[in-house]
Amino acid sequence: MPRSEPSSLWSAVSATEKLSERFLSGVASDVAFSDLAGGSCLSGGARELRGKSVLIATADQLSAALALLELDGVARRLVLWPADLPIEHLGFVMASANVDAIVSDGMNWGPDDLGPEHDAIGAHVTCTPKIVPATWDRTATHATEWILLTSGTTGRPKMVQHSLASLCGAIQGQSGLDGSHVWSTFYDIRRYGGLQIYLRAMLTGGSLVLSSARESTAEFLPRVAAHGVTHISGTPSHWRCALMSPAACQIAPRYVRLSGEIADQSILDHLRSFYPQAEVAHAFASTEAGVAFDVRDGLEGFPASLIGLNGCGVDMKVEEGSLRIRSSRTAAKYMDAPRTLADQEGFVDTGDMLELRGGRYYFVGRRDGTINVGGQKVHPEEVEGVINRHPRVRMSLVRPRKNSVLGALVVAEVVLEDGSGASGVENEILKICREALPRHKVPSSIRFVNQLAVAANGKIVRQHA
Amino acid sequence: MVMSIRTEVIAQFHQVAQEQDKQLAPLVDDLAFLDSGLDSLCFAIIVARLEDVLGSDPFSAAEDVGFPVTLGEFIQFYENAAK
Repeated sequence: MPRSEPSSLWSAVSATEKLSERFLSGVASDVAFSDLAGGSCLSGGARELRGKSVLIATADQLSAALALLELDGVARRLVLWPADLPIEHLGFVMASANVDAIVSDGMNWGPDDLGPEHDAIGAHVTCTPKIVPATWDRTATHATEWILLTSGTTGRPKMVQHSLASLCGAIQGQSGLDGSHVWSTFYDIRRYGGLQIYLRAMLTGGSLVLSSARESTAEFLPRVAAHGVTHISGTPSHWRCALMSPAACQIAPRYVRLSGEIADQSILDHLRSFYPQAEVAHAFASTEAGVAFDVRDGLEGFPASLIGLNGCGVDMKVEEGSLRIRSSRTAAKYMDAPRTLADQEGFVDTGDMLELRGGRYYFVGRRDGTINVGGQKVHPEEVEGVINRHPRVRMSLVRPRKNSVLGALVVAEVVLEDGSGASGVENEILKICREALPRHKVPSSIRFVNQLAVAANGKIVRQHA
Repeated sequence: MVMSIRTEVIAQFHQVAQEQDKQLAPLVDDLAFLDSGLDSLCFAIIVARLEDVLGSDPFSAAEDVGFPVTLGEFIQFYENAAK
């Protein structure tokens, strides 16, 4: 239902000052916000997108960033397609969201890719960072639904329905920014963690440097540095990779944010010593539950006092060991299937398991990621957190190894910092583990590897057994 | 030099007992596992290490075969699997 006084992302952005000084920066080009005041990234047929369910499927993040800015409040629904999602899911996504228009930057899809939904496409509009004179009206008429796709561990993506209001719930009230700040994120903005940074940049008066799947961390960081980034976010895995890159010293952010994975003390300490001028914060958010809180005291975990209803309207509880969240930032529903997103009281079960120690909650891992060693559960993340305490360890991955005696054993793969061999380190790591963990959680073997795979969503790749 | 299966098994028993801080009983062929000083986690690790070294895990293949009870049977178990 159209709102009586619709507002939109563009109406909020265009009401701010200094539009000509603010920019969106992509891998190949930049666009000043003022260019969009009389121009458009959409060429041809843009007015046909009004009221439609629009799939935004671009290879380039900048094109998508511009299209979102123009189409919120105009389209009935925006479906954000992350470029790395396998094309085989396209037909399913389009059918589930009743997509009847596509905005793309020339991805080559044939009728076979679009499947039976091909006929339903009323408009196919091209979107590029090349701004053309706007020939259509951008007045908001719709309370646009935002559909985010989250990768399930296997199979089809889950389609999570948000609104601009639920997505921006954690952004209001973030003041103290003077408009000259430059955001960046390792995330793709089509994913929840990246979208949060995109919206923060749009709504707090700043600029944004977008990442690109075509770029390595070593290429991305100098580009970010050249734009004078002040605020930057990523997963702990993103940051571990960044700190392994010689380019890490080229940026001097004032604010470093981690989300999407457990931020252990080791990565928080590394970031604090590497960027002494920066505030290092780790946030808890999920696509379904929204942003719950951020922690700025430099310590892993979070104070137990955050449980309950906090001042921002986020209500949290711990039940059966997992964190449950209820707030206005929670998604409305799943679009792809009639499964429930929240319980009857409106709490979303995050599946993230907590342990209470000394007045603080610590994340120990995912409920569905546990390793079963002879009936005793092991959260890989807990063991990784201990391994990562070794000063020469940059990243680690703990996984199950099938075992005919106990069902599974814990094994670890470890990436060391550059420049020196692994000699002696294995025993040092095992010593740390044996001091901190019960025996069944100590890796039965450690393999040193040059790198660990980080998925497009910025999280370390785990293969669940 | 190629180590015999027996030598390898004995070596792993010592190694894992040391790592796991266990007091290992003298390794004679009729030593029952229950009396060896090692627990199930130690055995699980020994089996995993032997799989790496010898390339096989006879426990994963054993369906109807009786499991070894003594060290001698354990060594025999691996030697049979290697044939």
